[in-house]
Amino acid sequence: MRELRVQPIKNGTVIDHIPSGMALKVLKILGISGNVASTVTVAMHVASAKMKWKDIVKVEDRELNPREVDKICLIAPSATVNVIRNYNVAEKRRVSLPERAVGILKCGNPNCITNQKEPVETVFLVSSKTPLLLRCRYCDRMLEDVAAAIV
Amino acid sequence: MSSFEGLDVISISDFSKEDVMRVLKTAKGMVPMATGRKPDRSLEGKIMSALFFEPSTRTRLSFESAMKRLGGGVLGFAQPEGTSIMKGETLADTVRMVDAYSDVVVIRHPHEGAARLAADFASKPVINAGDGAGQHPTQTLLDLYTIWEGLGKLDGVNIALVGDLKYGRTVHSLTTALSMFRTNLSFVAPPSLQMPRELIDQVKEKGLPLKMTHDIRDVINDVDVLYVTRIQKERFPDPQEYAKVAGTYRIDIPLLRDVKKNLMIMHPLPRVDEIAAEVDETPYARYFQQALNGVSVRMALLSLILGGTK
Ligand SMILES: [Zn+2]
Repeated sequence: MRELRVQPIKNGTVIDHIPSGMALKVLKILGISGNVASTVTVAMHVASAKMKWKDIVKVEDRELNPREVDKICLIAPSATVNVIRNYNVAEKRRVSLPERAVGILKCGNPNCITNQKEPVETVFLVSSKTPLLLRCRYCDRMLEDVAAAIV
Repeated sequence: MSSFEGLDVISISDFSKEDVMRVLKTAKGMVPMATGRKPDRSLEGKIMSALFFEPSTRTRLSFESAMKRLGGGVLGFAQPEGTSIMKGETLADTVRMVDAYSDVVVIRHPHEGAARLAADFASKPVINAGDGAGQHPTQTLLDLYTIWEGLGKLDGVNIALVGDLKYGRTVHSLTTALSMFRTNLSFVAPPSLQMPRELIDQVKEKGLPLKMTHDIRDVINDVDVLYVTRIQKERFPDPQEYAKVAGTYRIDIPLLRDVKKNLMIMHPLPRVDEIAAEVDETPYARYFQQALNGVSVRMALLSLILGGTK
């Protein structure tokens, strides 16, 4: 195998151990499209001792807020989020699923009160971690497609 | 919940078995007052607001009667037409307003989760009187009361839920509540309208016996309670198919020939033709009594929540 294809970054965030194939969803969560100011590097289908195949996303000059980390956790519970400052790992965080997901998912039930014009954030309660099952605190419905429901 | 004072009543899932029994026993004590035989002023000076964002005359009158029988006052609206809601006011703002005018808020709303949201914005206790296809806990409590009062128990009771079990919110909440007790459940429905998987699993997780069938004759002679719900025409793309199905779930006298002597036939009402009018005259018919029980049960809840009953 050739040496690391992805170069170290000076400042920013490295999201590693993303389940293979989920990198593009991570970019979507981070709102990364064509018009970003700094470099974003995506490695897909990288050999991994731990998980056989994984994806990696490196975002330069950006640290993630807790809500973004929560969102990533919903689709990539195995991911690690490393904050890089001056080429060093300043913080190494394993994402962990919160008890409740607040304001990061849209309820799939069109008749749910959270889909009307009310001043509330959605709240989903984790009813199972593997497989990930989330229930709307308001209408009690289970969320069917978690990745598609991320706002 | 050990004390009910100040609590919201949003979903039957918020209740423990002990909570349910507390409400039922309190409701039984309310019967003389609910029927007007004994006056009660224990909630004098208290005000209930009844916010009916969709009309439901039966439920609204039952709540209003309950509050007035306890000496309390009532304000609110029976439908949103003519109120500021029609001008686009949010539910959150409406709730903030009535919260200042009353001691307890009863809400009926076409959207699921509306009562939970109302409770988030109200400082006073909120009672859910039905939110869309979601919860209707006072209906569930009055159903349980009717069974408990009629048979003297809930543990060991043999109950068949009949009709549209897929979309019917009443039967979903009732299943959740009945699985708190050691009941024998039967789900009787056409295959396309059977109980959702989640609720079947809930019953099985409790280790309760469960029978599922599309043929009411499989269970009718064994059950203590027949809980009938309407099968709606809109659930069937083909009107002929509907007519065929609906006919097989119609309760009439010949079907009741060999049933248990103490069988109770219940229905959340309004009924259309799923129970023949001739059944009304039999001792099995409990659906009108069931509706009347709603007043005692709602009195019990109001009294427990507002501190009229300690
Ligand atoms: Zn919802």
